[in-house]
This record gives sequence, C-alpha cells and structure tokens, in this order.
Amino acid sequence: MRDVSLAIAAGESVAIVGPSGAGKSTLLALLAGLDLPTAGRVRLGGTDLTSLDEDGRARLRAERVGFVFQAFHLIPALTALENVMLPLELADRRDAHAQARQALERVGLGARTGHYPRQLSGGEQQRVAMARAFVTRPAVLFADEPTGNLDAATGARVCDLLFEMNRDLQTTVVLVTHDHALAGRCTRALHMDAGRLT
Amino acid sequence: MRALALALRSLSREWRSGELGVLLLALAIAVSALTAVGFVVSRVSAAVDLQASEVLAADLRLESPSPLSTDYLVEAHRRGLLTATSIGTLSVVFHGDASQLTVIRAVSEGYPLRGTVQVATSAFGVATAAQGIPPPGEVWAESRLLAMIDAKVGDAVSIGAADLRVSRALISRPDQGSSFTELAPALLMNVADLGSTQLIQPGSRARHAQLFAGGRDAIAAFKAWLGAHKQRGERILDITESSPQVKSAIDRAGRFLGLASLVAVLLCAIAVAMAARRYVQRHLDSVALLKTLGATRAFTLTVSLAQLGLIAVAAAAVGAALGYLAQAWLVIALRDLLAVGNLPAPNLAPIVLAVITAVAILAGFALPPLLQLAQVPAIRVLRRDVGPPRLAAWLAFWPAAIAVVGLIYWVVRDLALLSGFVAGLAVFLAVLALGGWLLVRLAGALRGRVGVAWRYGIANLARRRAESIVQVVAFGLGIMVLLLLALVRRDLLEDWRASLPADVPNFFFINIPPAERTAFFDALKDAGGEATRALPMIRGRMTAINGRALDDIVFPREDGEGFANREQNLTWSTEPGADNKIVAGHWWRPGDEGQPLVSIATEYRDSVGLELGDRITFDVAGEAFTATVASIREVKWDSFQPNFFLMFPPGLLDATAGTWMTSAYFAPGAPRPIAQLVKRFPSVSVFDLDNILAQVRGVIDKAAIAVQSVFIFTLFAGLTVLLAAVQASRDERRFESAMLRTLGASGGTVRAGVLAEFVTLGLLAGLLAAAGASVAGFLVARHVLDVHYSFDARVWAWGLAAGAVLVAGGGWLATRSVVRQSPLLTLRGGA
Repeated sequence: MRDVSLAIAAGESVAIVGPSGAGKSTLLALLAGLDLPTAGRVRLGGTDLTSLDEDGRARLRAERVGFVFQAFHLIPALTALENVMLPLELADRRDAHAQARQALERVGLGARTGHYPRQLSGGEQQRVAMARAFVTRPAVLFADEPTGNLDAATGARVCDLLFEMNRDLQTTVVLVTHDHALAGRCTRALHMDAGRLT
Repeated sequence: MRALALALRSLSREWRSGELGVLLLALAIAVSALTAVGFVVSRVSAAVDLQASEVLAADLRLESPSPLSTDYLVEAHRRGLLTATSIGTLSVVFHGDASQLTVIRAVSEGYPLRGTVQVATSAFGVATAAQGIPPPGEVWAESRLLAMIDAKVGDAVSIGAADLRVSRALISRPDQGSSFTELAPALLMNVADLGSTQLIQPGSRARHAQLFAGGRDAIAAFKAWLGAHKQRGERILDITESSPQVKSAIDRAGRFLGLASLVAVLLCAIAVAMAARRYVQRHLDSVALLKTLGATRAFTLTVSLAQLGLIAVAAAAVGAALGYLAQAWLVIALRDLLAVGNLPAPNLAPIVLAVITAVAILAGFALPPLLQLAQVPAIRVLRRDVGPPRLAAWLAFWPAAIAVVGLIYWVVRDLALLSGFVAGLAVFLAVLALGGWLLVRLAGALRGRVGVAWRYGIANLARRRAESIVQVVAFGLGIMVLLLLALVRRDLLEDWRASLPADVPNFFFINIPPAERTAFFDALKDAGGEATRALPMIRGRMTAINGRALDDIVFPREDGEGFANREQNLTWSTEPGADNKIVAGHWWRPGDEGQPLVSIATEYRDSVGLELGDRITFDVAGEAFTATVASIREVKWDSFQPNFFLMFPPGLLDATAGTWMTSAYFAPGAPRPIAQLVKRFPSVSVFDLDNILAQVRGVIDKAAIAVQSVFIFTLFAGLTVLLAAVQASRDERRFESAMLRTLGASGGTVRAGVLAEFVTLGLLAGLLAAAGASVAGFLVARHVLDVHYSFDARVWAWGLAAGAVLVAGGGWLATRSVVRQSPLLTLRGGA
C-alpha cells in the first residue's frame, strides 16, 4: 500500500473496487483496525487507531464498527439469535435479547431465530450477518464482498437491506466488491491498483 | 461473566451440534481407563495386602524376646484397632513315655486377626476353619506332633507343669510360614493356661508378639507411633516385612502396576494434546471473529479456558463413573479366576487422582495451544491464511514436560525410576521423530513408482510433514507401550513362575544325626522323595568383629543386632550351590580347606555392616575362633533349598557336633510316607512346606491378575489415542477428499489413497514401536523389575501388524464418513 490518503465522511457509502491483489482487503483491514500500517496513521471517528494496542482497537470496534463478510463468518455453535446478540454482549449493551430479535425481524428472519447457521441458506446466513452488523447501530459498517457468495437475486436483496440500513441508521458504509451494480449504488467508488488509489 | 456465559452457551450448542463430542470422548475414555485401572489396582493391592496380612495373622506385629508392655495394646485400643497377643516358646511335650520338642504358641482371644486357623477332629483329618482359639484347659496340636508322640485327639498331654487336653488337630495357622526358624511341630494353647505350665520364667527363651489390625491409615499411624515408642530389641513387622517372598512379590507388583498406570497416563496426555490441537484448529475462525466484533484477548482466552474446564469436569465425572462401572464389571468377570473370596471394596482415591491428573494433563498439554489460540489476529476474518503466531518452543515443551514428569514421579515415587523412564521416553520420542522425518523424506522418492492412490496417500504424508511426524510418534508410542506391556508382562510372569517351579522342594528335614545320615537319605529316596543338597547345621554365636566386642558396635540395621544377640546356624560346604552367587571375593580355592575363612550372605553383610577381609570371632560349643570374610554371596532364598547366612570351608567345623538338614520334593498325589520316616528316624524333624508355598503362590497369582487387568485397560487407552490421532486430521481430510472428487477421482480412488496413507503411517509407527519396545523391554526387565529378559522376534511381526491394522482400521473407520460426504456440501460449508 503506497501513498494512500483518504477521508470518508459520516453517513457516506464508499465502494473500494479493483482487480484481485490490488490491496482492497488490506485497505479495509487497516480502516477497521484489524491490521496496522507499517507507516502512516488511521483515524476512526477522531481516534488514532495506530496509537491503540490490539485490545484497545477491539474495544473501539465493539463500540463503533460492524462487519459483513463474503463467507458470512457466523459462529456455527451459536443460533442465529445468539450470533446477533454477540456484539451487543461484547459491547456490554443491555437488552441484547430483545434488540437481537428485533434486528432479525427487520432482515426478515423473525421465524428462524433458533436455527443454527448450517441450517440456513447462504442468503439467510448473510442476512443474519447483516442483522449482527447493524444491531449495535455502529458508526461504520465494513463489508468485504458481501454478495460474493450469493446468487444475483439473493445478492440484490442483501444489497437492498444494506443501503436501507445505511439510510435509516445513518451508518457509514465501506465495502470491497467486484460487483459493479453494488459499487454503482454507493455515493463514491475508490479504485485501487497495485496498492495505490487511482 | 460474559465470557463464562458465552462459553457455557456455545459449549452446550457445540455439544449438541457434535463439535466437541470428540474432545469430550477422548478425555472421558482416557479418564475412565485411568480410574478403572486405579480402582482395580487399589482393590487388587488391597487383596494382596490382605493375603500378605494372613501370613502375619495381623496387619502389624510387634515382636520381642522379652515381655511387651501392655501400653501398646492400650494405645491400639484407644485408636480402635483390633489386638491379640501371641507368646511362642520351645518346650518338650510329653505323652506317656513319648516326648517331642515343640513350638508352644499361647494366643489370646481374637487370634488370628487376619486369616484363619484350620483344624481337624483327628490327626491329618479334613481341615475346617476353627472358631476362636482353644478354650482354657485345651490345646490344638499339629498332626505331626500327635504322630510323633503317638497321641490322638482327646488325649491329655503334659506341657511344662500343666496337663492339657488335645481337643483338635492343628492343620495350619496363618503365621506359621512367616519364619523358617520355627521348624519344630506346633501346639496352639490359650494364653490363660500359660501361667500354669510355668514355661515362661525370667530369662527363658520366648518370642512375645502383639498383633494389630485395622484400617490402612490407622495402621500406618499406629506403626509410626510404635516406631517412636518401642523399646530396644522390639521389632515391628508389617506386611512388607513379613517374609522375603511376599515382600518381593508385592514390591514387583507395585512397581509394575505403577509403570502400567503410568503408560495409561501418558496415553491420556497424548490424546488430550491431539484433541486440544483440533479444538484450536476448529476455533481459529471463531476467535478471530470475536476479536473483530470487539472481544479482547483476555475475553477469548477466558471463553476457551472455561469451555475446556467444563469439558474436563464433565469428562472427569463421566470417565470416573465409566471407570467405576468398568472395574466392577472386570472384577465380576475375573471372579472365577480369583482363588480366594471377594476383593475388598474399592476406595475412592482414584477419583481424586483422575481429576487431578485430568487437570494436570490439560494444563500441560491443552493450555499452551489455548494461549496460542488467543493470539489469533483479527485479520484472519479477511485472510484465512493468517493463523496464530507459532507457539513459542518453551511454551510448547515445558508445561507438557513438567506435567509428564510430575505425574510420573507421583506414580513411581522413585527418582531412579523417574529419571530412567524420562530418559528412555525422551530417547524414544527423538528416535521416533527421526524415523518419521526419514519416511517423509523418502516418500518423495517412492511417489513416482506407485499408483495414483498410493501417490496421493504418500504425498499427503510428505506434504503435512510436521503433522505426519507427530502422528508417527503418537501411533508409535501407543503401539510401543502395548508391545512393551506384553513383553514385560510375559517376562514378569515367566520369571515368577520360574522362581517357583512346580517341583520346588516341599519338605524340609532337620536334625538328621550324622550317624543316620546315609540311612536317612536312602530311606528318603525309597519313599519317592527327590532330595536337594544336604548341609551340616552347627549352632554358634558371633562374639566380636575385627577384635571389637559386639556391645561396642552400632549396627547399620536393626536386624544386625538380632544377628549379634542370638545363636546362629553355621554350615560348611565344598560347593556354594547353584542358588548362591558370589558377588564379592572368591569361593574356596584349593588349599582353603580347614582355613579360618567365612562366606557371608549379602543380607548379613548389610545388616551387620561387614566387608571382605573383616575378621569375625565365633563361639562354637565353647571354643572361640576367628574367621576372615573371604566371599559375599547373593542367596536366592526362594529356591526352598537349605541355605545359610554363614558358610565355612570344609575341614574347619567337621569335628564339631552338629546335625544335617536337607529339603526334598514329593510329587502331589503320590503317597507321602512321611509318617514312616518320622517313626524310623524319631530325632529327625519334618516340615511340610506346601502350606507356605500355597500362601506365596496365592499372593503371586493375585499380582498376576492385577497385571493382566491393567494390561486390558492400557490397551483401551492406547486405542483411544489412535482414535484421537485419526480424528485430529479429519477436517483437513474432509476438504481434500472433496477436492479430489471434484477433480474427478472416484470414491474408490480416494478411499484407496486414504488407506495407503494410514497403512504407510501404521507400518512405520509399528516398526519404530517394535524397536522401541525391544530396547525399553530390555531396560525395564533388567533395571526396574530385575527379571530375566528374553528377546522375542514376534514383537516385530506384532508391531508391524498392529500398526498397519490398528492405524489403517482406525483411520478407515474415522474417515469413512468424510470420504462419503458430498463434495459440494463440503466445499460449500468450508473445510
């Protein structure tokens, strides 16, 4: 990653696009504090991520950040409801159970709260992941190829949900995608190639 | 609290979805094997102790040449122990004109505290267990005594100043075999009659004994109290000192059982390490995700620790319960084999041991990978190739090493055995690792020459080099301990059997007058007895060592004083006998005849504190002479042949009046015309050793059953390790087989490849295990159990066969569902 400098405003939706190996996921990881740059700074909502230790960055994520992944990354041992409750519990929020149930109802899975991930289809799993990402009302949502593992119709429904929440909750959305339709719906697209923004 | 709640919640879910089943099963089976071994061992050792107690007629015995203070009995009563007294002396018993030197045993109510007295209504009659002791005015006389003095049950006999009625023939009593010094026939009487016989006067030779019995802990505490309060010359005997044969059997059994349970413990550790490794692999993604969602390292570590801790508790509970059931089943199955009665109830100590062991193993083998798991970076959610940082070498090694060494020490409680075992284990693991590494290197060369299935199988081994080496080491160790156990068990049992051959002499004859010697041996031969060597027996007393009076000498052992204070039996002989091994100095050389030399037994050397060249002054029949220690002999006392602590060269004591002794074997079932021999040679004393031998055999049989029980449970433990090892690589295999099938491989090809891999792995592990077992078996037989080791080529065949069959079979069963699973399902769900 070289000479990357950018600012993303609150409530914006930004797509990071580019060929494989361009450094899209690395940029996402740096923005979310999952990884640290060897040089340079990353600020998230006024906090310098590079000055925090691993646990400090984890606490910050618990308070302000949500994630959606290509491979869904639900915990297989927990039910849909428990997966959604997890970030609330980690952030010490009260009333985790009711809020999680509400979030699942919102993504249309109110009837499947007791199901385990392996009992759900790919689209359903990604909707659970969306509920998990939004349930804490994060300031920023990071999404890595959110529709990459889904067929076109299901992907479109997940996209709708994503932008609906972006709009309703004023959540900043940063997503990495190959999907031009998805990128096109964002307020801004960042093109990456060989570690640079172009 | 949040971490605990999450741990508990996901634990119950993971259990229901089958994720943690393998881990729990491995640990539970390991714990159940361990507790079952512990329970059976505790019960059988208690039975062995009980059997050994019968030889003493008590759990603990205090003996002295002078009367014992009743304070000891009072203290024992205060502690809730059972007590009895026994006073033994030698006296002549008269019946009409006939008389016989007899061991008089005056016992109190309660005798024997352990074992039973067998009596009959007529001499040599059918034995039944006696109720209580002879009532006052009555005695129970040994059948031999009745034959010698021509008396029968109902007759009155004179003992000292008293006339007492023989009400029973004495067949056997528990403590008759505890010492070979009592060679005269015995008579049991009530201690209340002892005064009227006037046998015990001040200065008269007698053996006063107090008998104690009770719970193990109470006896141990009382023994310590006695040790601190007893007077000089009073001697404590407990089951480990009751007789050399019993002591040696218990000692060997104890060591072997310790060793065997140790093997089970190590197998548990291996299984847990593998299960923990798999747990870590399975939870890499979850932990990375938790961190992404904002969990700290401490939180994720707490979740893992809590889950493992809960699994450990559940496994310990389930395992201990299974172990208890298993031992109960085993004891029922073995009941027919147990010659004497029921085993004592198990104590619950093995449960504590199992829980502590489970925790120690988890801390040593599971904690380091869990610490590693907590280090997984959150970035793994985006880049699956990122794993946890490599486990620091010290963290991977030291907790495991400390846990293993600590547990080994706990089980063997012997630093020499500990260091030997640890060194052997380290060498064996290094050799196995080297062998595994070599195979992996060679695999590349073989790949080009075999079919696709074998190429795939061997390529798997070569690609996962580190994992392959770990598995070879684990399989190798599992097979090795099974082979080692078989080897050692065989050597041990054969050695025990060999130490007591079927034709071991079962009759002792002493007091053979020199003039009747030839006639007696002829008569013995005519009666069908196979006599062993004959040795002269001369009474003598040690008076000084290197010119110093005995009173000025502090003996290194308590029984050294005993040797100094009493008359000893001396002998002379041209040959040492096959059961005597010269360990220092030299046996008589030409020209030593008639020289003042003496050969001493190692026990005598150790108790009295003697060395080669020491000069011992003896008083034999009023004449003093000084002999130089020329050799030291290791005597195999359980050969049941005449043996002496002190042997002199011929020509030195020949002129001294003495008698001869010998032992002989009479085949069972053959007529034993002992009565005629007794009648024809009235001065010769005859002793039937069959009862003593039966007691010794009983102890050894019990120990052998214990050994076999442990063997069975260690086998189960070994199979558990195999299962855990195969399970550990299951996830990777599931993914690979799906990949292969996607690429067009048939199910048959994939299966053949898996089989080829496991067969190769098993053969190598078996090969190395056979080599390891041969070397370790030799070391254990030689240095730990002190038995003869014989090389057995079948170990190699068994090792290879066991490796191939167990590993391939186990691997096959464990991966069957993996191979069968739809490739699409696998690839979609991730590995």
